[in-house]
Formats: sequence, structure tokens, C-alpha cells
Amino acid sequence: MKIAVASGKGGTGKTTISVNIAMSLPPPVQLLDCDVEEPNAHIFLKPENTETFDVSRMVPEVDLDKCDYCGACGDICEFKAITVLKDATVMTFHEMCHGCKGCVMVCPHQAIRAIDRIFGQLVKGNSRHVECIHGLLNVGEAMSPPLIDRVQQEIWDDGITIIDAPPGTSCPMIETVRRTDYVILVTEPTPFGLNDLKLAVEAVRLLKIPFGIVINRSDIGDQQVIKYAKEEQIPVLMEIPHSRKIAEAYSRGELMIDIMPEMKKQFQQMIEQIIKQEAR
Amino acid sequence: MKELTIISGKGGTGKTSIVGSFASLAKNFVLADTDVDAADLHLIIEPEIKQSNDFMGGHKAIIDPERCTQCGDCLERCQFNAIEDYTIDGIACEGCGVCVHFCPSDAIDFPQRKCGEWFISNTAYGPMVHARLGIAEENSGLLVSTVRKAARDLAEQEKRELIIADGSPGIGCPVIASITGATAILIVTEPTLSGLHDLKRVAELANFLKIPAMLCINKFDLNSDMSDQLLTAAIEYQLTAVGKVPYDPSVTRAMVSGKSPIDYSDGPASQAIRKVWDNVSSFLNAQ
Repeated sequence: MKIAVASGKGGTGKTTISVNIAMSLPPPVQLLDCDVEEPNAHIFLKPENTETFDVSRMVPEVDLDKCDYCGACGDICEFKAITVLKDATVMTFHEMCHGCKGCVMVCPHQAIRAIDRIFGQLVKGNSRHVECIHGLLNVGEAMSPPLIDRVQQEIWDDGITIIDAPPGTSCPMIETVRRTDYVILVTEPTPFGLNDLKLAVEAVRLLKIPFGIVINRSDIGDQQVIKYAKEEQIPVLMEIPHSRKIAEAYSRGELMIDIMPEMKKQFQQMIEQIIKQEAR
Repeated sequence: MKELTIISGKGGTGKTSIVGSFASLAKNFVLADTDVDAADLHLIIEPEIKQSNDFMGGHKAIIDPERCTQCGDCLERCQFNAIEDYTIDGIACEGCGVCVHFCPSDAIDFPQRKCGEWFISNTAYGPMVHARLGIAEENSGLLVSTVRKAARDLAEQEKRELIIADGSPGIGCPVIASITGATAILIVTEPTLSGLHDLKRVAELANFLKIPAMLCINKFDLNSDMSDQLLTAAIEYQLTAVGKVPYDPSVTRAMVSGKSPIDYSDGPASQAIRKVWDNVSSFLNAQ
């Protein structure tokens, strides 16, 4: 079963919830950090025996000896990633390229070929019994979805996969959650938390994926998130009160279940409940 | 005209509360919310929308079953596995138009779609440009650029000297679009290992794009060792440290009452933010 942990708003506790769930569950369990722009799960999991792989994607390379500057490549490209300038040169902007190969296919002189360009890394390792995998987008690269897609190719067929999603509700978040079986939306009971939760709910409803919410720092704000969940009949899976102890442990990169072992059972029960509910 | 963008790398470090506070402290400026994916600034600024505009983003391919002969050409060409049973999955479709271009029966339509909206508003502090990207939509970078351009045009028309922009978390497309060419950025971080890790990446991006950058540590007293490490990183990445804001529960209370920390109370966080703003202003004036 693939369970994504997501939220509209950043900093609500996605990573905390993801890593603590993964470490609470019996094997086989794996944790995928798909927030490839700012992956943080490894800070808490401290994986050992890590292996790092370069990840590349296709971009065009033009052979100017074969090119007659007809401009067909620039015309077909929807992303302004290739353009012919004044019959004299062809400029490519690899960071804008989505890898559709349109230019390669349309070129009448076969002057364009697809080459691989490294744009990030995949890191695999183990922490206790959990397989840990994260993507790391190279700084300066704009597009994370192809790397998210690569990280998700590591998903097992059986066992439980917990997926730490990037914030927001646009392409990186959608790419991360769209193939999952269940989404845990983490929020906090504040106007910002509620506003961004509503956006995230709209997104997972659009994708038709079952979901529930976890309210983190559940005693810091107001009652509006609870009220919203009731009105929308969204299950509240867990509430975690604000605690200086948890916040300080977080700041040092420590696991919540290591400083509050009683939480382990709560995370296990939450997942058991989700599995039972989805089996029905 | 100067353009200040506030970003954080890591989400939830307090960007928007700080931008809202700057709105109370700054003069003669235009506000811009370039966090088009999960915009929150409007919750503490209360904009009164004067003008709404459709944001026309990319295209999506749609196969017309009447004209489709099921030849399979599109299936072979699509690099995104977006076509199944001669129907295009709108979520998987990247809008590249390759299937449209090559379809031998001209059976694929390619309409441009409304991907969001952007607004020009009045607020108690001055004009504001903000936006909302549609759920699950692409092209956030283009919408960010649209908001920035509108804010610059507005500042020029109204002879305003400064643009203050709230940015988004991360280091990818919308962040690059929101900081490229800005006068300076302010990175708001928190004293946690995650905050430090994410700060280094976003600082590296600022260095890569050659944008002068400042650093503000929010909730610095949560972990003072970690705050020191953030300051060390600031030196390493040539970030100008402009201040530290203590943990103060009144910041959350301010948010709940729909106000910026500065407008809500003169507690320890507000006092620290005033000092941060003075330093930010001096830094901007020197650019």
C-alpha cells in the first residue's frame, strides 16, 4: 500500500509524520522522500549504507552541420526550450525542456538527437528496518516532476510505502500523490493551515484518492480546522498537541517516537485503521 | 524601483507573517504574493479586489473520438504515458502538443486553458498583486512572472519605490521565477537541522543567480546552537544577517485574528521584526 503524506502549506509536519510512521511500522516498509527540492526525511532517518545515483532526463542536442535553420523545432516546442535565431544559430534552454522529443521528431534533417542530462540524484539507504530513498534536485534546476517520477520507480509491489510529498497543490505535489492509495494531509489549526488544507483537499478529491487529516500542534490556534473536517466529513486520523519537547527534538533531527515512545502505538494504529478502512 | 522577495527554502518558517509585518512598516510600496500555489498573505492583509484577470497557461490535448482512427501514432510519440485507450489523461498530459502536431487525422484538439487568476487589489497598506493557481495546474513559474510584471507596472504608474514580494518554499520553478532579477532576497529560516539543510540549498541558488541575500532567523531561541550554525552558514554563503526573531505565541494569535504580528501586538516578536525591517531597508538602500 502506498500512503502519501502531503499538505498545502509548508512546515506543517509532513516529514515528522512520515518518518515517525515509517519507523513505527513493522517491516517491510520503505520511505520515499519526494520533496526533491528540499528533502528532509534523511535528516531524521540518518540512513546507512547509502548509494547515490545520478538521474538524467532527455534534452535535445543540435548538429549544426545538418541544420538549415528552418525553425520547425522552435515552432513545435511549447516550452521555449529551443529556438532558431536569425538563420545563424540554434539556442537550447535545457532547464526549460520537458523532454517531449517534439523537436527530435519534427526536424526534417534529423539534426536533433536526444541526449541525457543529469539534473539530480537518487539516494538509497537503510535506517533500522526501513528502506530510505530520496531525490535531490540539482540547485538551479526548475523542474522536479521527472525526478519525483524516478524516485517513485523504487516503490515496492508489496509492503508499505510511505511517501513524503512536497508542499503545495501544483505539479510536484500532484506528481507525487497521483499514483498513491491514500493521502494523509497534515495541517495545523490556524487560518493559514486551514486555507492551504482546503486547497490540498480539492487536489486529492480531483485525483479521487481517499484521504484523512492529521492536525499537528493541535492546540495552538482555533477550532476552524476541526469544524471544517466535520462539515466535509473528513476523518481526523490523529491530533498531536504542541510540545516544546517535540519541537526541540525536531530541531536536532531526532525522531518523535524516540523521545515519546508511547507515540509509536498511535502511529501504528493510525495506519492499521487506514488499511482496514481501505480494504473494505 | 527596488524589488525585495522573501523566501525560505523550507516551508512554514514564518515568511508570510514577516511580509505582513513589513507591510505595516514600509512606505510607498506595492505588495506582491508570488506564492501562487498556496497563497496566504491575503489572510492577514485583507485585499479588496479591484481587478481580476484570467491566467491563461498551457494547453492540453483532447482526442476527438469521432475523428480518431485509432492508428496509434500518438501512443508511440507521447513521452509521458498520458494516452490510454485513445483518451488523454489530463493530469499526466504535459501539454507538449507532439501528438497534436503529428496526428495524421487531425483528431486531437489543443485548447489553451485558464489555469488560474490574478488580481490587483487595494489594501490598508497600499496596492497588492496576488494570484491563485488552479488546483493541480502547471505553469506556476509563468504565473509568478505575471504577478511580478503587474507589480512592477503598478509601482511605475503610481511612482512607488519598492515591491515587497512573498515567495514560495523550495528551490524549483516558482522560486526561480520569483527571485531572478530581484534587487535582493530575504531568507527566513528556523534553527532546526531541516532549516539549516534547506537554507544551504536556497542560499546556493541565490549565489548561483547572483542575487544579494539577507538572512533572518525566526524562533531563534528554539535551539541556540542551531542558530549559531545558521549564522556560520550565512558567512559561508555571503548572506547578510539582518536579525533574529524570538518564539512568541502572539504570532499565532495574530494570524488567528487575521492580523500581522506588528498590527496585533508589540510583543517580543514584533519588536524584533521592527529591527529586522530597519536592517533590510538599509541593505536595500545600499543596493
